[in-house]
Amino acid sequence: MKEPLISVRDLRVQFQTYAGVVYALNGVSFDLYPGEILGLVGETGCGKSVTGLALLGLIPPPGQVVGGEIRYRGRNLLALPPAQWQALRGGKIAMIFQDPAAALNPVFTVGEQMELVTRRHRRLGRDAARRQAAEVLRSVGMPEPERILETYPHELSGGMQQRVMIAMALSCGAEVLVADEPTTALDVTIQAQILDLLVDLKRTRGLSILLITHNLGVVAETCDRVAVLYAGFIVETGPTEAIFQAMKHPYTQGLLAAIPRPSHRGRPLQAIPGTVPDGLQPPPGCLFHPRCPFAWDRCRQERPALLEVADGHQVACHLYDREAER
Amino acid sequence: MTEPLVQARQLTKHYVLRGGLFSRRQVVRALHWVDLTVYPGETFGVVGESGCGKTTLGRCLLRLVEPTFGEVLFRGENLLQLDRETLRQRRRYFQMVFQNPYLSLDPRMNVLHLVGEPLVTHTDLRGRALAERVVALLERVGLSADQLYRYPHEFSGGQLQRIAIARALALNPLFVVLDEPTSALDVSVQAQILNLLKELQAELGLTYLFISHDLSVVQHVSDRIAVMYLGRVVEVGTTDRIFHDTRHPYTQALVSSTPIPDPQARRARVVLQGGVPSPLNPPPGCSFHPRCAQALPLCATEEPRWVDVGDGHLVACHRVG
Repeated sequence: MKEPLISVRDLRVQFQTYAGVVYALNGVSFDLYPGEILGLVGETGCGKSVTGLALLGLIPPPGQVVGGEIRYRGRNLLALPPAQWQALRGGKIAMIFQDPAAALNPVFTVGEQMELVTRRHRRLGRDAARRQAAEVLRSVGMPEPERILETYPHELSGGMQQRVMIAMALSCGAEVLVADEPTTALDVTIQAQILDLLVDLKRTRGLSILLITHNLGVVAETCDRVAVLYAGFIVETGPTEAIFQAMKHPYTQGLLAAIPRPSHRGRPLQAIPGTVPDGLQPPPGCLFHPRCPFAWDRCRQERPALLEVADGHQVACHLYDREAER
Repeated sequence: MTEPLVQARQLTKHYVLRGGLFSRRQVVRALHWVDLTVYPGETFGVVGESGCGKTTLGRCLLRLVEPTFGEVLFRGENLLQLDRETLRQRRRYFQMVFQNPYLSLDPRMNVLHLVGEPLVTHTDLRGRALAERVVALLERVGLSADQLYRYPHEFSGGQLQRIAIARALALNPLFVVLDEPTSALDVSVQAQILNLLKELQAELGLTYLFISHDLSVVQHVSDRIAVMYLGRVVEVGTTDRIFHDTRHPYTQALVSSTPIPDPQARRARVVLQGGVPSPLNPPPGCSFHPRCAQALPLCATEEPRWVDVGDGHLVACHRVG
């Protein structure tokens, strides 16, 4: 078994607000291996973006990491002096965001912004930084990189802007890319181009990608493994093929059944009743029990732990615990 | 053959951009020469990428924006020639639900006010009778009477969209334009809203124009579909024909780019090169030709004509027919 590149254990994040403490992450654990795409899936407010931000130490105040570990090559990032983490951030561990237009600075050219990264992280000179920027733009499939370097972000389309973001992330030799909904703001034909690029970067450079998305279709087409997040807790994780073949957790099953599919045309969709729990007052026991069709007494009292049901396929649900006891 | 409910003929909307003092006048062709027919009781899907003109189409059909050219026939009557007062009276028959309920519902109005407003404008209902009608509408969309005096910020996105639907249905309309009604919602909530819309349609005999960028949603809800690209309709047909006998290269690319939640179904994708050209300066000939893998020399010079490939399945492509 390969060593994980990133290993997150029991990560807990809270936001102190006037209304009280919001429990954003309630003990998230996962591993990201070299050269794989791990999909982190969930609905609005489930904590997927907070997980991504935590990997880079970018949780905005009043949010705080209150427990757990984030290990990169064995080193716990949370215990590193700020300067050392700063050196990794944007270097070996980089991030791209949902809205590239908001992530790029509108008053500097693409070239100026790209050079800044390598000049800072790799202490390159002006000319070397320029050459490097053009080279990395070419590697993400940008035509005429020299011309692109002279443009301002608003002159580029959303797909091109996202390519610039990816190029910038790669320019210091990133090993880990956290991609937070990288194609959500893009049209489907452009989404297909960007997803192809990410898969290609994984294959050719051995890049490890944490792909944060709400779209199970994107997961099915690009990810090697999946982790499903619900209310700040991973409820199911495993290889993509295994998960889609036999989803175990009632939430994951519900999520897939809610997606319109050609084979179900004309029939009502299966909606999950109710809404996502309030982060201020998470329900006791299993966080999903108020919406779960199979909930029983134990679900209301005791929070289930992740349980291995098949090779690498883990699920946090008492239903399977009961099966195991028999 | 039943009478059409809504018909658009050569519907065109050009926006004129007046830039700075010295810049040239530029024209954005948001909607160009669109013909379509919607029959009573059906769901007519309109699909396309951002900027293709699908929202403009929905708004022109309801005369929420004034088309530059063309006709909109509602039960045979040209809406574009009606005077203000007649148009105002007709408006109760066609309604719209917008994409983002956080923006479309006034944050300073409570639910009674929001859902009751069209009733106050068009009917004599007031006071208790009005409140009773609003409660009946709320219950129909899955909300309850105790939410009557709450304000939009107290609701989730899905609940807000239910309020917007109740508001649209208050006057028993015949035709409802749904402009991306579930795009701002999570899939589990989207499923609730799509089911609700389907139930309401069956119960009230509604006709929908369902606008979306999400092909799988459009496929799920629509009887017929129009595919739009750069202000034009490029293919129209029944949902089955559009998905199982896809003719236009753009529709083919759109279908194959849509991710399917099944890893076994990973297919050879037609990935389009480049992005959508600016509607300020649309390519000559077929507007899709610069991105089309099957383009002929003819495509760069001549606009394709409609070809009927059977069963009312129309395609605008030189390769077809």
